[in-house]
Amino acid sequence: MNWIDVGALDDIPLRGARLVKTPVGCVALFRTGENEVFAASDRCPHKGGPLSEGIVHGRAVTCPLHNWVFSLETGEAQGADEGSIPTYPLRVENGRLLLDGDAVGRRAAA
Amino acid sequence: MTQKLVVIGAGMASGRMLEHLFESDPSAYEVTLFNAEPRGNYNRLMLSPVLSGENTYAEIVTHDEDWYAANGVACRFGERVVEIDREAKLVVGEKGAVPYDKLVIATGSDPFMIPLPGHDLEGVIPYRDLEDTERMMGLSAKPDAKAVVIGGGLLGLEAAAGMAARGVDVTVVHIMGHLMERQLDEAAGYLLRRALTDKGIKVMCSANSREILGENGHVKALLLDDGTELPCDLLVMAVGIRPSVALAKSAGLAVGRGVHVDDQMVTSDTDVLALGECVEHNGAVFGLVAPLYDQAKVLAQTLLGQEAAFRPKEVATKLKVTGCDLFSAGDFAEGEGREDIVFRDPARGVYKRLVLEGERLIGAVMYGDTADGAWFHGLIKDRENVSEMRDTLIFGPAFQGGASADPMAAVAALPADAEICGCNGVCKGRIVEAVEGGATTIEDVRAVTKASGSCGTCTGLVEQVMALSLGDDFVMPTAKPVCRCTDLTHEDVRRLIKAQELKSQPAVWQELGWTTPNGCHVCRPAVNYYLLADWPLEYQDDPQSRFVNERNHANIQKDGTYSVVPRMWGGLTNPRELRAIADAADKYGVPTVKVTGGQRIDLLGVRKEDLPAMWADLNEAGLVSGHAYSKGLRTVKTCVGREHCRFGTQDSTGLGVKLEKRLWGSWTPHKVKLAVSGCPRNCAEATCKDLGIVCVDSGFEIGVGGAAGMDLKEIQPLVKVATEAEAEEWSVAFVQLYREHAKYLDRPYKWIAKVGMDWVREALSDADERAALVARFDLSQTIYQKDPWAERAEPAQARRFQPLADLTLEAAE
Repeated sequence: MNWIDVGALDDIPLRGARLVKTPVGCVALFRTGENEVFAASDRCPHKGGPLSEGIVHGRAVTCPLHNWVFSLETGEAQGADEGSIPTYPLRVENGRLLLDGDAVGRRAAA
Repeated sequence: MTQKLVVIGAGMASGRMLEHLFESDPSAYEVTLFNAEPRGNYNRLMLSPVLSGENTYAEIVTHDEDWYAANGVACRFGERVVEIDREAKLVVGEKGAVPYDKLVIATGSDPFMIPLPGHDLEGVIPYRDLEDTERMMGLSAKPDAKAVVIGGGLLGLEAAAGMAARGVDVTVVHIMGHLMERQLDEAAGYLLRRALTDKGIKVMCSANSREILGENGHVKALLLDDGTELPCDLLVMAVGIRPSVALAKSAGLAVGRGVHVDDQMVTSDTDVLALGECVEHNGAVFGLVAPLYDQAKVLAQTLLGQEAAFRPKEVATKLKVTGCDLFSAGDFAEGEGREDIVFRDPARGVYKRLVLEGERLIGAVMYGDTADGAWFHGLIKDRENVSEMRDTLIFGPAFQGGASADPMAAVAALPADAEICGCNGVCKGRIVEAVEGGATTIEDVRAVTKASGSCGTCTGLVEQVMALSLGDDFVMPTAKPVCRCTDLTHEDVRRLIKAQELKSQPAVWQELGWTTPNGCHVCRPAVNYYLLADWPLEYQDDPQSRFVNERNHANIQKDGTYSVVPRMWGGLTNPRELRAIADAADKYGVPTVKVTGGQRIDLLGVRKEDLPAMWADLNEAGLVSGHAYSKGLRTVKTCVGREHCRFGTQDSTGLGVKLEKRLWGSWTPHKVKLAVSGCPRNCAEATCKDLGIVCVDSGFEIGVGGAAGMDLKEIQPLVKVATEAEAEEWSVAFVQLYREHAKYLDRPYKWIAKVGMDWVREALSDADERAALVARFDLSQTIYQKDPWAERAEPAQARRFQPLADLTLEAAE
């Protein structure tokens, strides 16, 4: 693990999301609770909708383009839709957001 | 041989440790006990009852002078320890040094004081010890005393409740969105807030403190970031504690967040031990009393040379905040692969939430009824497989192992005098009588008995009683619920929001028994709309409950770019605006510029990051958002009217501009489009709009409920009026009637089909009612009629449109 500080928890509104650009593409950071966050690919596998713009509910997000719903815990599409999005390790420490740099393809700073 | 033991800190942990030590071997050590507070050990957890007046200090003392004397403890109370000299094995107090063979550090924790400007003013205190408690108690002697508590955690709320019980006017300021966010989730936090508010305590959540204001060196008020000033005579900061490690650190002991100890409670020096809130064990620090007592036992055994090891256990918190029962255990927040079971009983103010991972229960939050807490805690601790009882788990142990929990069987077993509808006091027998008397639908039963006619939450039960009585003759009604989070229909939710005065989303979820923690993408935008339409002043719009277009104030396109449509009042523009639009299109590389059907210019293909800057440019030219993305007023289309057209009968353009200036910015159940045509030739196509006005020589013909989308509808005549002012009044009143009554995502024509055009005409034909509707609309506009572009072009808001971080840049280096 190579935890990278990408911002403050409070930069993400409750039940909202923010974007981080990474070597593996855009990663969306979702805040599902006061102290609960998840990181997953921003791109819906259906038609490429930006998931960070979707409505966040429970531990899931709904794609704004065609209402596919993804579990943020597993990355799996819910209901009748089939597909999944990659998820990445993200944690909160002292109000800061730490994203695993290895998982998003960024090598550790030497 | 008796050894010398020195203990620094006479708190609950070290007190319990000494009890164990003296019980096992009273002669093993000669004890010297230092305490900075001028007194011995008392039960700190009981300070709150002392504050509220339920107990006295004498009742919460755990070790009195006699106890210390009987056990031969040399008490050095009210004396600070200056230094620990580990080489000479001496503890140096203010009044002299004491040698030790073994030393126990139990310095506890320090309250964290936010370093706000003014935090050192007189009258700004933490809530930690008896002195603080006495300060708060003393406040009630002053008439009209006011206090502010910063911190909506357990300690802060106890301080607030204690002072309120003594008649002090208390306001709690909490930075997070709901109270006690570490122990409770949002719904339970909402219930707690309601209970506190009922006790007269003001609660402000999501409130940032900016500065503590003083006068002559004494606190005068707390100033919040939004400019609110809260006057106070005393300001209590209860935002958290930190292990008190200064002494251990200066003695050169290993210290992280707390003083490092191993399983035997020994620090990095074998002759120095530590316990309580000042220690760190395997990366964890401690705040609850249960693990501290475990540590006390282990430490006493270590001192006596016995084998013992501290193993932190799963801890449950059972709390009582001002008479409200709370329980939380295990982990109910973070993690993967978890599922929730939620139970709500709005009438009793009960909320329960269980968190499952696979076949195990891993967390529980309860509010109002915590009787089963211990049982759930047991299931969590023992990691029991709960898959067999999952269906009825949330009902507690009483429901396990018996007959199957078929709800119909339960209803069938109810006696005739069992109350079904609590609001109207209707029992089962009365409903059965109504059915026997010929009622076959829920409406019939409601008409005869009033059952389920008030809050509506017993509707399901009433239906079950009917189904049992009618057998196969009963057809369960097929009203469509809002979504899978609730059984209620949109109409029910709207009615109940008004009737029960529900003014926040957590209030709706709790009082109406939502089955999910915080709704879904279907119900959230609807509930958000209903709340802001019904309570414009009290409810705060939630951007996270809005569809992307309304959150970003631009229309998302299929490739993730956005379209920008500036408002052109009544379709009018001028060379200056057109130049600004052209310049913006150039500057931001807009690939497509199109004229819309609503007489506007659409700039398509704008990147999200560019939106705030582009809006700022357009704002500068006087252009504001055209709301081409909203469930709200879109456009008022006009023809040129009598100003230019040889057939024009009235100033249709002018009326269109007036209407648009009045209505813009308002949110509606679905989009609303208007048009004003200057003569019956109808060049503005007014007859297929949500509200269309056709001007004639003698006045204005207003029609409503037109559509030219998936359905094609011609407007139905509403009224003909003589003056422009009347046309405006009727139009505004109609829009407000629609805002107050329609189901979310019903265009006016669909809503009118449900309520009937006659009902609409009748409601609006009453002049008083019309005036009241207009007044309510105008009130709402005082909040919502503002340019969202200008707000979001502000730097602080604009930042939200940028990525939080860019990890590609450094990687490429």
